[in-house]
Amino acid sequence: MDLNAILMLLRPELTLAIGAMFALMLGAFAGERAAGWVSLICAVVLGLAAVFAATGPLGAAFGGAFTADRLSVFAKVVLFLAAMAAVSLGHGWQHRGGRPRFEYPVLIVLSTLGMSIMVSAGDLISLYMGLELSSLALYVLAAFNRDDAKASEAGLKYFVLGALSSGILLYGASLLYGFAGSMRFVDLAVAVQGGADPAVLFGLVFVIAGMIFKVSAAPFHMWTPDVYEGAPTPSVAFFASASKMAALVLIARVLLGPFADAAEQWRQVVVLVAMLSFAVGALGGLRQRNIKRLLAYSSIANMGYALLAVAAGGTIGLKAVLVFTTLYVIDSIGFFACLLALSRRGNPIETIDDLAGLWKVKPGFAIALTILSLSVLGMPPLAGFWAKVFVFGAAVTSGLWVFAAIGLVASVIAAFYYLRIVKVMWFDAPVGEADRSPRDARWLAMACAAFSFPLVLLALGLLDGRAAWAAQSLGLG
Amino acid sequence: MLEAIAFYILAAVTVLSGLAVISARNPVHSVLFLILAFFSSAGLFVLMGAEFLAMLLVVVYVGAVAVLFLFVVMMLDVDFAGLRAGYVRYLPVGGVVAIILLAEMILVSFAVANAGAASEATRPVVGDAPNTVAIGRVLYTQYAYFFQIAGMVLLVAMIGAIVLTLRHKPTVRRQDISVQVGRRRDLSVKSAPMPTGKGVKPEDLL
Repeated sequence: MDLNAILMLLRPELTLAIGAMFALMLGAFAGERAAGWVSLICAVVLGLAAVFAATGPLGAAFGGAFTADRLSVFAKVVLFLAAMAAVSLGHGWQHRGGRPRFEYPVLIVLSTLGMSIMVSAGDLISLYMGLELSSLALYVLAAFNRDDAKASEAGLKYFVLGALSSGILLYGASLLYGFAGSMRFVDLAVAVQGGADPAVLFGLVFVIAGMIFKVSAAPFHMWTPDVYEGAPTPSVAFFASASKMAALVLIARVLLGPFADAAEQWRQVVVLVAMLSFAVGALGGLRQRNIKRLLAYSSIANMGYALLAVAAGGTIGLKAVLVFTTLYVIDSIGFFACLLALSRRGNPIETIDDLAGLWKVKPGFAIALTILSLSVLGMPPLAGFWAKVFVFGAAVTSGLWVFAAIGLVASVIAAFYYLRIVKVMWFDAPVGEADRSPRDARWLAMACAAFSFPLVLLALGLLDGRAAWAAQSLGLG
Repeated sequence: MLEAIAFYILAAVTVLSGLAVISARNPVHSVLFLILAFFSSAGLFVLMGAEFLAMLLVVVYVGAVAVLFLFVVMMLDVDFAGLRAGYVRYLPVGGVVAIILLAEMILVSFAVANAGAASEATRPVVGDAPNTVAIGRVLYTQYAYFFQIAGMVLLVAMIGAIVLTLRHKPTVRRQDISVQVGRRRDLSVKSAPMPTGKGVKPEDLL
């Protein structure tokens, strides 16, 4: 393969890397005056990379370590757009907070580069390095408010537990390498042909554990509520959406790709993780008063659904994963944009009680938050309902209907806390005026809410078609 | 024969110094045992014919990482006795985890020893070049992708360190070399006419 073809294949990643370095140099030389320009450049770079990813050639380079197939194209387009949303949220948030720092959007772009490497991984080394590149930038984004004790705590917890999970993943990868004699996914697929050896299974379980940590599914969820609560809201919007999507696509790529033949063996592990996530997400959220902690538990439960779709396997399971995570990404960006937009006398709204009577104060946001809550809850005909239809459909098709039923029960329990938000907003007495909401967060929140309903009804056909197109790439039945 | 003896000596020293790292009372001794473990692992690498890795281990781990540890241990006021407090309490759990990890490693090693690597891996062909040359040949060609990602990871680490620790304090006086170099005589020396026999008061000079 000649250099030109490789460069064409790597165009989205090269755009991100070169764009991030250019923005960094601009920021370093022009100082903090240029922070607005750096944000703009980063958003343009992400948009350009999305265009390149969507129009670029498919293929593999570096002995399969980098794979551009339909799955990676789908994931990259969603990831880059989510990152663009995070850059714009972060820009507004920084400007309101006083001294903007140009490193913030650059770190988002570099983290997105890591995620892009993750979803294109065809080798255990690129899997690990992509994961590490994206996570390292996320740790810094979590602790970005270094003078805030809670943000520092969030960053430190995320970092220490993330490093531990990376260690677990590396140990598993080394066992897999030791057994198969190769890091490449194609060689691993040969090694597990016709069912996996117990030795491989040990390695695989460690690798799964490491990746599960990144999507914050139970039992590796303990960092999530604290990090969500402490980290700056735009950072949380980024790692609740893009990073989850990247890690889920990576899990699907590893389990449904090279380890497809060992599906009977890993399925029980993934189903167990999904069940635990349902339980933790549904029950843990009941007692939360802080909205960000509540959303953390909600994301734990939602990752359970996505993992159930992975466990279902096959083209239909992969398609369900893609549709579910795409809709979830839009929902969670909308939620965090609402939280960013709402404040009272300069203090951001933090607890559910702060939302009381929002209907009288800010009717637009009350409607948006209601749509988003009902969507995450899975109320028909909102976006979240269709997402769950795909997941349960895939699970029932592969005979996992018992677990689909458990998931349904969990979503009924979780409905309590989403409905409580709705009730507090519409029926409680207002606790005071809210500040004028900033334009960028308001715009994004309204766009996401409008997508959740009614635009999703129009977009669903397109999304379904694209996801089905992407899901064929792993050659599954 | 000689090789086997060297292997057993180096392996025993590695394992024993590993144990000493976690059991030594004085943290400085722990770091010194860690350095010993690195050195003897470097010896093991040499026995396997990987001289380059061996040198890398000595240069990077002993030369940089372990020295950094030593600095941290000696310069920072870390309460090591406090960190050690739960040692006995957590020993059973840690021991079980360690035994499981060991069992897995043995399982994989036996599986490979009995049946060979499970897949016919396509390794880069390097012929009989010495291993420094061999690594050099593939690092910037076949593994250029990984090499570049590693560079990006280091860039993120650098940005992170600067973002989280660098503070511009307004009270700090910085050296501005261009101002220093551009300083002229008439900016700092003033010649005042001094009439004779009148005396000089300090305020006349200012």
